[in-house]
Amino acid sequence: MAEAIKVPTMAEYMAEGKKPEVLFWVGCAGSFDDRAKKITKAFVKILSKAGVEFAVLGTEESCTGDPAKRSGNEFLFQMQAVTNIEVLNGYEIKKIVTACPHCFNTIKNEYPELGGNYDVVHHTQFLKSLLEEGRLKVEGGKFKGKRITFHDPCYLGRANNEYEAPRDLLRKLEVELIEMRKCKKNGLCCGAGGGQMFKEPEKGNKDVNIERTEQAIETNPEVIAAGCPFCNTMMTDGVKGKDKEGNIEVKDVAEMIAEAEEL
Amino acid sequence: MQLIAQILFIIAFVFGVGFFIRNIRKLTRNIKLGKDIDRTDNPKERFANMARVALGQSKMVRRPIAGIMHIFVYVGFVIINIEVLEIIIDGIFGTHRIFSFLGGFYDFLIASFEILALLVLIGVIVFWLRRNIQKIKRFWANEMKGWPKNDANYILYFEMVLMALFLIMNATDYQLQLNGADHYANEAGIMGSFPVSQYLLPLFDGLSNATLIIVERAAWWLHILGILFFLNYLYYSKHLHILLAFPNTYYANLKPKGEFNNLESVTNEVKLMMDPSADPFAAPDPDEDEQVPEKFGASDATDLNWVQLLNAYTCTECGRCTSECPANQTGKKLSPRKIMMDTRDRLEEIGENINKNGEYKAEEDNKQLLNDYITKEELWACTTCNACVEACPIGIDPLSIIMDMRRYLVMEESAAPNELNVAMSNIENNGAPWPYNQMDRLNWAKEEA
Repeated sequence: MAEAIKVPTMAEYMAEGKKPEVLFWVGCAGSFDDRAKKITKAFVKILSKAGVEFAVLGTEESCTGDPAKRSGNEFLFQMQAVTNIEVLNGYEIKKIVTACPHCFNTIKNEYPELGGNYDVVHHTQFLKSLLEEGRLKVEGGKFKGKRITFHDPCYLGRANNEYEAPRDLLRKLEVELIEMRKCKKNGLCCGAGGGQMFKEPEKGNKDVNIERTEQAIETNPEVIAAGCPFCNTMMTDGVKGKDKEGNIEVKDVAEMIAEAEEL
Repeated sequence: MQLIAQILFIIAFVFGVGFFIRNIRKLTRNIKLGKDIDRTDNPKERFANMARVALGQSKMVRRPIAGIMHIFVYVGFVIINIEVLEIIIDGIFGTHRIFSFLGGFYDFLIASFEILALLVLIGVIVFWLRRNIQKIKRFWANEMKGWPKNDANYILYFEMVLMALFLIMNATDYQLQLNGADHYANEAGIMGSFPVSQYLLPLFDGLSNATLIIVERAAWWLHILGILFFLNYLYYSKHLHILLAFPNTYYANLKPKGEFNNLESVTNEVKLMMDPSADPFAAPDPDEDEQVPEKFGASDATDLNWVQLLNAYTCTECGRCTSECPANQTGKKLSPRKIMMDTRDRLEEIGENINKNGEYKAEEDNKQLLNDYITKEELWACTTCNACVEACPIGIDPLSIIMDMRRYLVMEESAAPNELNVAMSNIENNGAPWPYNQMDRLNWAKEEA
């Protein structure tokens, strides 16, 4: 598929006097990071395939403020939040889906008190609901029977108690799902949260992503499935650091679905 | 003679309980030094959480061996307290086994106390072995040197001794009843049932009634005095968790773990900045000058809220948080347990200062929680992953303290690591942590799929 995909913006919907079913909040990583952009595109393809009327904010989107808040800069966070809420409320947004657990957590939990009340779902939850509603069909495909382990993003799992949606999707792909010894509630962080993505780690004897990648490698997987663009980067780096990039792929669950359905 | 014993007992009891109340007063005063936070909402859910986590020990058993042993010790200590009630009444009125009128039920009670006492003994010995022989890593971390290490062992020795005394007391009492000794024996037959201490009888074989009485009385007195001492040891020890676990789980955060509080003081400032009708040249409120502007974040223990301070006193230094911490696992200095211990130690220091001076005199110690106890290096190593919060068996939240201290560092001291400052100025200038133009945010859609 060489041609670009059609991605309507909220402004375009507004101009036509229409409203989309859901706003896709792309996030900074999904917009700018080369690896994460692939996840964004895969997700958009699935949305189109399922006939979901979605829109993005495009150039009106800005950082949710998560990295600022977790770094301790509450001022910057609230400035970002209030600005974003003004845009979202201006478009009368009701439902938001995002492929980034950090954006998901921030908009879902921290925006309401500042005046932003939306139904916010993670893309794995949204895809699961599409399956349940019969709008999307996923059966087996190229990952059928493959050994896959899922790395729980902290801000989806422990932070918001969602462990099953991504796993349900993987089961639909009929993979052989193998859990790491540290998973779900006890999952180990990839090392990127709390602003760590944007700084060098403190002195220690190992990087967190290497520790986590080693746990993943213990399960002898063909693919490490992820649900967060930052985890994806950290695990990809970890796999490279362990010289395993020839045998192990790191893929977002949405990418796996898009590939299985040959989108 | 009997009367003197009764009077001595009452004095010891009143003194022990009085001193304990004094300590509890100090404890609550120190906790109230914290900032206000409303945790009175959802009483039903809070009760359920307390019942599940503190009373029901649901998070303890996530590590099965420690969890099951802990349940032995916990149930044992709670249930055996019914026996302590009898001991106190006997002590005050000079009676012997006052509850024995319960008959068969009394036998059942004493039998179950004995079995529990044995289980407590086993549990405590296993704990000691895990700590000192098996040397489980989390008990040997940096912050566990000196007092914290000794404190843990003292508690275990104490519990061993108390349980041994309880069983010796029962064994000699049983022998005296069998011998038909005055005050002990009852026409109705043997009072109590002794499934464990009956095996101790050979130890006292051939002793006269007079000697047996001395041993029984000695065990009885040491046991109850030991309990009164232990009650007062709590305040100086990590062992406070046996009391504070209950309020701590009741007042724990019920919101999703990912939801960090929005600082109200900042919201007010931001609203003012965004308000087009706000007059930038308005004269300041004349009353406002009098007030010291509120500090953003926390640099000392008293900048934290009272739930965080309650957390600090509740921590029993088990180290499950630290063993789950990704930063700690990879050799960084951060240890969530140390964050809690430092907060408690600093709060105690402030409390001592108040005891001495009537109010806190900063010039007396010139210390604060930040830098003097917790370093920036520890604070910046956190990934905010919530593993420590999830791991705590009694609902302690070390992450919220780390966050409040980061807030102080960034908003009061502008002391973030340089790379973070770069990311934050990018967010400020172009709405992303990287230096990309916001106008390019949709470029991905034009690229080839």
